[in-house]
Amino acid sequence: MSRLPITKTPKPYVGGAFIRSESGRTFAVKDAAGNFFANIPQCTRKDLRNAVEAAAKAGPGWAKRTAYNRGQILYRLGEMLEARRQEMIDVHVQLGGPKGPVTKAIDTAIDRLIYYAGWADKYEQLLGNVNPVASPHFNFTVTEPMGVIGVIAPDFPPLLPLISLIAPAIVSGNTVVALASEQVPYPAVLLGEMLATSDLPGGVVNILTGFRKELVPTFATHTHLRAIVGAVGADDRKALELGAAESVKRTHFVPAEGVNWLDDSAQSLFAIRDTLESKTTWHPIGA
Amino acid sequence: MPTLTPDRKTTRPSRPAPELIFGDLWEFDPAPETADPKLKPRYDFFINGQFVPAKSGKYFDSVNPANEQKLAEIALAGKDDVDAAYAAAHKAFDTTWGKMPGRERAKYIYRIARLLQDRAREFAVAETLDGGKPIKESRDFDVPMAAAHFFYHAGWADKLEYVAPGRRVAPLGVVGQVIPWNFPLLMLAWKLAPALAMGNCVVLKPAETTSITCLKLAEILQDADLPPGVVNFVTGFGETGAAVMGHPTAVKVAFTGSTEVGKIIMRSLAGSGKKMTMELGGKAANIVFDDAPIDQAVEGIVNGIFFNQGHVCCAGSRLLVHEPVADKVITKLKTRIKVLRVGDPIDKNTDIGAINSREQLKKISELVDSGVKEGAEIFQPACKLPTKGFYFRPTIFSNVSMSHRIAREEIFGPVLSILTFRTVDEAIEKANNTAFGLSAGVWTDKGSRILKMSTELKAGVVWANTYNKFDPTSPFGGYKESGFGREGGRQGLLDYCKLV
Repeated sequence: MSRLPITKTPKPYVGGAFIRSESGRTFAVKDAAGNFFANIPQCTRKDLRNAVEAAAKAGPGWAKRTAYNRGQILYRLGEMLEARRQEMIDVHVQLGGPKGPVTKAIDTAIDRLIYYAGWADKYEQLLGNVNPVASPHFNFTVTEPMGVIGVIAPDFPPLLPLISLIAPAIVSGNTVVALASEQVPYPAVLLGEMLATSDLPGGVVNILTGFRKELVPTFATHTHLRAIVGAVGADDRKALELGAAESVKRTHFVPAEGVNWLDDSAQSLFAIRDTLESKTTWHPIGA
Repeated sequence: MPTLTPDRKTTRPSRPAPELIFGDLWEFDPAPETADPKLKPRYDFFINGQFVPAKSGKYFDSVNPANEQKLAEIALAGKDDVDAAYAAAHKAFDTTWGKMPGRERAKYIYRIARLLQDRAREFAVAETLDGGKPIKESRDFDVPMAAAHFFYHAGWADKLEYVAPGRRVAPLGVVGQVIPWNFPLLMLAWKLAPALAMGNCVVLKPAETTSITCLKLAEILQDADLPPGVVNFVTGFGETGAAVMGHPTAVKVAFTGSTEVGKIIMRSLAGSGKKMTMELGGKAANIVFDDAPIDQAVEGIVNGIFFNQGHVCCAGSRLLVHEPVADKVITKLKTRIKVLRVGDPIDKNTDIGAINSREQLKKISELVDSGVKEGAEIFQPACKLPTKGFYFRPTIFSNVSMSHRIAREEIFGPVLSILTFRTVDEAIEKANNTAFGLSAGVWTDKGSRILKMSTELKAGVVWANTYNKFDPTSPFGGYKESGFGREGGRQGLLDYCKLV
């Protein structure tokens, strides 16, 4: 008799821990062959609020890390993903992804982490500067992370856009509450396991699984989220921008479909800038 | 009482400095600025390079807030006027401005700067008559700074490949802009100069109480031979503003004004795909530590809150003073504001001019009443106010707590709320305990503390041992509900382009 394998209970990674939804709800996901794959927690707005709280708590410590340290931790996340690359490919294929494109997307995701890891101690040298004001003052502009950022990932591909959206936000010291692909949430759960072993402090990245229609309204209106970035459809975009108006939240969206996430244009210094504030300080020059 | 720095031992016995007595003992002769503002009795829109009357034939009055006399009548724009402005802008973008090499655009913008400098005194007088600000401010700050903004941005027009490292930039198209009444000409320059340098065309609406210098600038645009339609001005009230912001031709909108209106605009444009920048309200903390140079700090506090009658979004309206020096600072502050000259803005000796409108005066009075009612201690000098016009005495409130309305809401008037703190952490906590985040001030002799405060304060501009300084090279804009986007510097240009 062959051995019965142990199946894994998928749990999203929130506040440095693997959680079930406070609601106790789950939704079943099937594999490509139509067989039961796993039950995924169907997170609620309460889970989202808890995740924002965890992210807010982790924020100041993460932002105070040195840029060198944040760069190394992102690089370490790339190492963790590389080490489990095959597992990530296999599970994508099992869930219906075609092997060739899946492999390419996952390799790109790993390379993208390395790309942003390298930016950690460089973006400031390009986005900030000293300003030659016409008065006897020393005046300089530096960037600062905004705080807690909401990330809405598109359904496809399940992993690459999620990483493409999270990495530029956290590299500068922001913390993130992300909503995983609704259609294929499992790779995001797997990413959570890698985050947990990557030296990234708990609460810096929090990934929820669940239904967009249940969670988008709370993403839109939660005032502790200082910005929302994501790949969203027209209706979600409108709802998020309406909610954003209530607390003058920053929003940066691309369409849910039609973005070439594999292309180099999907990674940029200016994606980092999207979740930064500029701060300008003046001081008189004198004795 | 805890202090952060040890007392300095002085070897000489201290004696009080002799006090200079001004006030009524020393009458000033009137010293009005007499340059001719060259006002027209009636101002039309500026569309497609021409002055165009309102299609509806409707006009409204612009009043001098210093004496409530009518200065001119201003065309009231309806939807069809706004449509005409956008059509002109769109055409200009497609046929001239959008295609013009940057070095040529630069020369037009340089011309605007130079022509404005030529007519600086005339514009300063017009600005003061229309808005109520002291002539010394419009003459020494608003107009020269507006010219400086055009001069600075002109030079960017042919250097745009340096704006976004690693990426190429392109203009957006036609942008819609709505500006406030507190710095009418300067806000106009802040909006126009970067938009034009980047190659965009503009439809702009000034505030209804201060349209005159905007329409006077249109004369300069004509003299500069700016191609028709590159810049279009429509005038009117909130309804006109909404038409400018919501117009389908506008690919980007830029707004400076209250947080309340900013939110309305954000709601109305949700899902529209338009790019936005918002420069909204503030409730800045001006933080004075016990080791600060107190006399300079007092000057900074006065400048921070009484500059432009406090009609400044980044005004230092909350003074956070370190407990060990609170009494000293407040005493000096009271002495100082007793000698501020409140009155006719056109007089060169006036420190505090007229409140911009009756409506704003009402709002200030209402908030000041709430401060008294909620138990804060009010101080106002006994200065004489002109009998006609809108004026408000410089006002300071002590014993203010964080829950008071005067500590939370933007007053936009010459009203200072004073709170105290004991530790650095308490100062940071109180300073950041607001929905706003536009600016902050820090007064201390300790460099490391300045850098710590500057890092911890959630504000877009931090003035250390100074206040209310501005420069075209220096990005300005807020955190949180004070808006997003920056104006000035390389950062400001990035808000007027797309990356290609």
